Amino acid sequence: MSRTLYDKLVDAHKVCDLPDGDMLIYVDFHIMNEYTSPQAFSGLDQKGLSVWRPEAHLSVVDHVNATRQRDPHDAASKLLIDNLEANCKKHNIAFYGLGDRRQGIEHVVVPEQGLVAPGMLIACGDSHTTTYGAFGALGFGIGTSEVEHVLATQTLRYKRLKTMLVNIDGDLAPGATAKDIIMKVVQVVGAGGANGYAVEFSGSAIRSQEMSGRMTICNMAVELGGRAALIGADEKALEKIKARAHSGTLDFGGLEWNSDPGAEYDTVFEINAADIAPIVSWGTSPDQSVPVDGSVPAETEGMTPKAREALNRALGYMGLKAGQAMTDIEIDSAFIGSCTNSRIEDLRAAASILKGKKVAGSVNAIVVPGSTYTRLQAESEGIDRVFKEAGFDWRPESGCSMCLAMNDDIAMDGERIASSTNRNFEGRQGRGARTHLMSPEMVAAAAIHGRIADVREFLSEGAE
Amino acid sequence: MPKTVHGLAAALPLANVDTDVIMPKRFLITITREGLADGTFADLRFHDDETPRADFVLNTHPWHEARILVVGDNFGCGSSREHAVWGLVQLGIRGIIGTSFAGIFYDNARKNGLALPIVSPEVRDQLMLAASHEDGANYTIDVENRVIKHGEAELPFEMDDATQTAHLEGRDDTLNSLEFADAIRKFESRLGERQRVRVIQ
Repeated sequence: MSRTLYDKLVDAHKVCDLPDGDMLIYVDFHIMNEYTSPQAFSGLDQKGLSVWRPEAHLSVVDHVNATRQRDPHDAASKLLIDNLEANCKKHNIAFYGLGDRRQGIEHVVVPEQGLVAPGMLIACGDSHTTTYGAFGALGFGIGTSEVEHVLATQTLRYKRLKTMLVNIDGDLAPGATAKDIIMKVVQVVGAGGANGYAVEFSGSAIRSQEMSGRMTICNMAVELGGRAALIGADEKALEKIKARAHSGTLDFGGLEWNSDPGAEYDTVFEINAADIAPIVSWGTSPDQSVPVDGSVPAETEGMTPKAREALNRALGYMGLKAGQAMTDIEIDSAFIGSCTNSRIEDLRAAASILKGKKVAGSVNAIVVPGSTYTRLQAESEGIDRVFKEAGFDWRPESGCSMCLAMNDDIAMDGERIASSTNRNFEGRQGRGARTHLMSPEMVAAAAIHGRIADVREFLSEGAE
Repeated sequence: MPKTVHGLAAALPLANVDTDVIMPKRFLITITREGLADGTFADLRFHDDETPRADFVLNTHPWHEARILVVGDNFGCGSSREHAVWGLVQLGIRGIIGTSFAGIFYDNARKNGLALPIVSPEVRDQLMLAASHEDGANYTIDVENRVIKHGEAELPFEMDDATQTAHLEGRDDTLNSLEFADAIRKFESRLGERQRVRVIQ
C-alpha cells in the first residue's frame, strides 16, 4: 500500500504501542538550548533518573546570549548559559557554547554539522524544529516535560498526526523567494489551519528551491500549525550534508525517504507559484500579510464581527490605517537574522541588494549571522564589508537575538521593524514593538528606503 | 489531577493567542518552574508601571477568580515554551475550552494537568456568551465522560484517549514510559551502527 513520507518516518521509529492509545517513538537525535532545558534536567534529578543515551544529544547556546559581544549581557542570562554547561558536563552531553566555533542558532548549526539526514527523527525544545523536514527527516518541537522524557528514555509518547500536502507548481515571479512561498502558504492555510497535521511540501517550485530555501519553508510550517513539515529527499538534500563533521558517521538511507506515488493525504492544497509575489506581513499573526505592492486591508461587508474585531485590534497595535499602501510604511529598524533566514545564502542575497547602497539615516539596521561558521564564511566572502559599508551593524556573535528579544536586543514600544524572522506576534520583539515579516532581500530594500520597499525595484536596476 | 474541573469561566475571545502573549519572554530567564503566575498574560494584565489594566477580563469582577477560560481559535500557537502552561496553572487556571490548540501547547498542558476540551465553534460561542454575562457562569469539565456541564446542559468535547488517560491517572509520563525500557532496548538493538547518533563533543 502507498504510504506518505510522514507515515514511513513514524513507522520506522515506532518502538511499541502503549495501552492508552499513544505509541512510543524513538528519537535519533535531540537538541537542547539554554532556556527550555533547565527544568528538564532538574526533573531528572528529582526523579533520580539518568540520561538514557548521552551521545545522542547536543546542547547549543542561542536564545539568551548577547550578540554584540561574547560575554553575557546580564547575570540572569549568564545563569542560564552556565546552568546548561553544568548540566551537560554532569551528564556527558555535547555542549557548543559561546566561543565555540560550532555555536550558533540550533537549527542553523545542526545541518552545518551534518547532524541531520533523510530518515532521521529529531526533537528539540523549540517549535522551529520543523526545519529538518527539508532533508526528509521528521523534526518537531517539544515542551520541557518532553525534553525530560527524551533525556530519560530516548523516546517520546506520540500520537500520529493527520497529513496535509501543499503542492506548489510553476515558476516563482521575479523577486519572490522561499520566504514568500511560506508566507503565502500561511496566508492560504491560515495560522492554525494545520493544527494536528504533518505538512508535506511538493511540486516543481519546491524542488527548484535550494536547501537553504527549503529549510526556510519547513521552518515556518509551524506558523500554520504544522507539528511537522516534510520535503522528500533528493540529491540536493544528500549533497548538502556531505563532508560535514558528522556526515560520515550517519546513514539512515537516502532517496527512499519520499512519499509513494498515489499516497493519500487527509487534506491537499494547490498553489500556483506564479501567483506568489514578494509578501509582507501587516498584522500580528503571520497569516496577516499582503503582497508588498498591496495595501493594509480594510473592513469588508461580508466580514464577521469577530474578523472585524481582529482586524481592528491588529491595526491598532501596529499603528496602521486601513487602505494605507504597504510601501508608505516607514520603519525604524531592520533586522536580518533568525533560524528562518540567517544562513549564508540569506546573507548573500541581502548583500546583493545592499551592495553600493546606504541604509536610510533614520534606520537602525542589524544583521546577526545564524552561526559562528556562517559568520566566518560570510567574512571570508567579504559579505560583512557590504553590510558594514551600507550601515548595518554586523554582529560578531551568533544567536536568535532580536527575533524573540530574549537577549539585550529588545525593540522599544512602538518601534517598527522590517524583519527576516518568523513571528509578528504582539510583543514578540519587545513590548509594543511592531514587526513586519519579509524576506532578507526585502529587509535590505526596506533598510535602504527607510520604509517598506518592493525588492523588484532593485532587481530591475541591476538588469539595466 | 481531578476527574472534573469546576469553576467560574472567563471569556477570552481573541483568536491566535500565542505563547509570547501568554508568557512574555522577560519571565523566561529562569531555571525553575515556579514564580510564573505574575508573568501570565503580563502585557494584557498590567500597564508598564505594573498597575492592573481595567480592560482585561481577569482583572475584573467576578472573573479574577476564574478557573476556566473559554478562548478563540488556535490558542497557544507559537513558541514551545512550557512556561506558558506553568504560568496559567500557577494563576489558578485548570481548564481551557476552545476549538483548536497548537500541538505543542496541547501536549504541554497534558503534562501539567491542564485540561483542554475541544468543542465545536457553536458550542464555544455558546459557552463564551454565557461566560460573558455579568454574573459569570460556572462550568464543570467532566474529563471522564468528555462533557462540559453548564446548568442542565451537557455539551460534548473531544479529547484523545491518551490525554484523557493521562488526566485521569495523573501519572508521570517519564516514569511510566520507563516501564517499556525493554522495548526501547529491543528497538535500539536493531539499529545499524550508522543509525546511532554520536555527537562529537
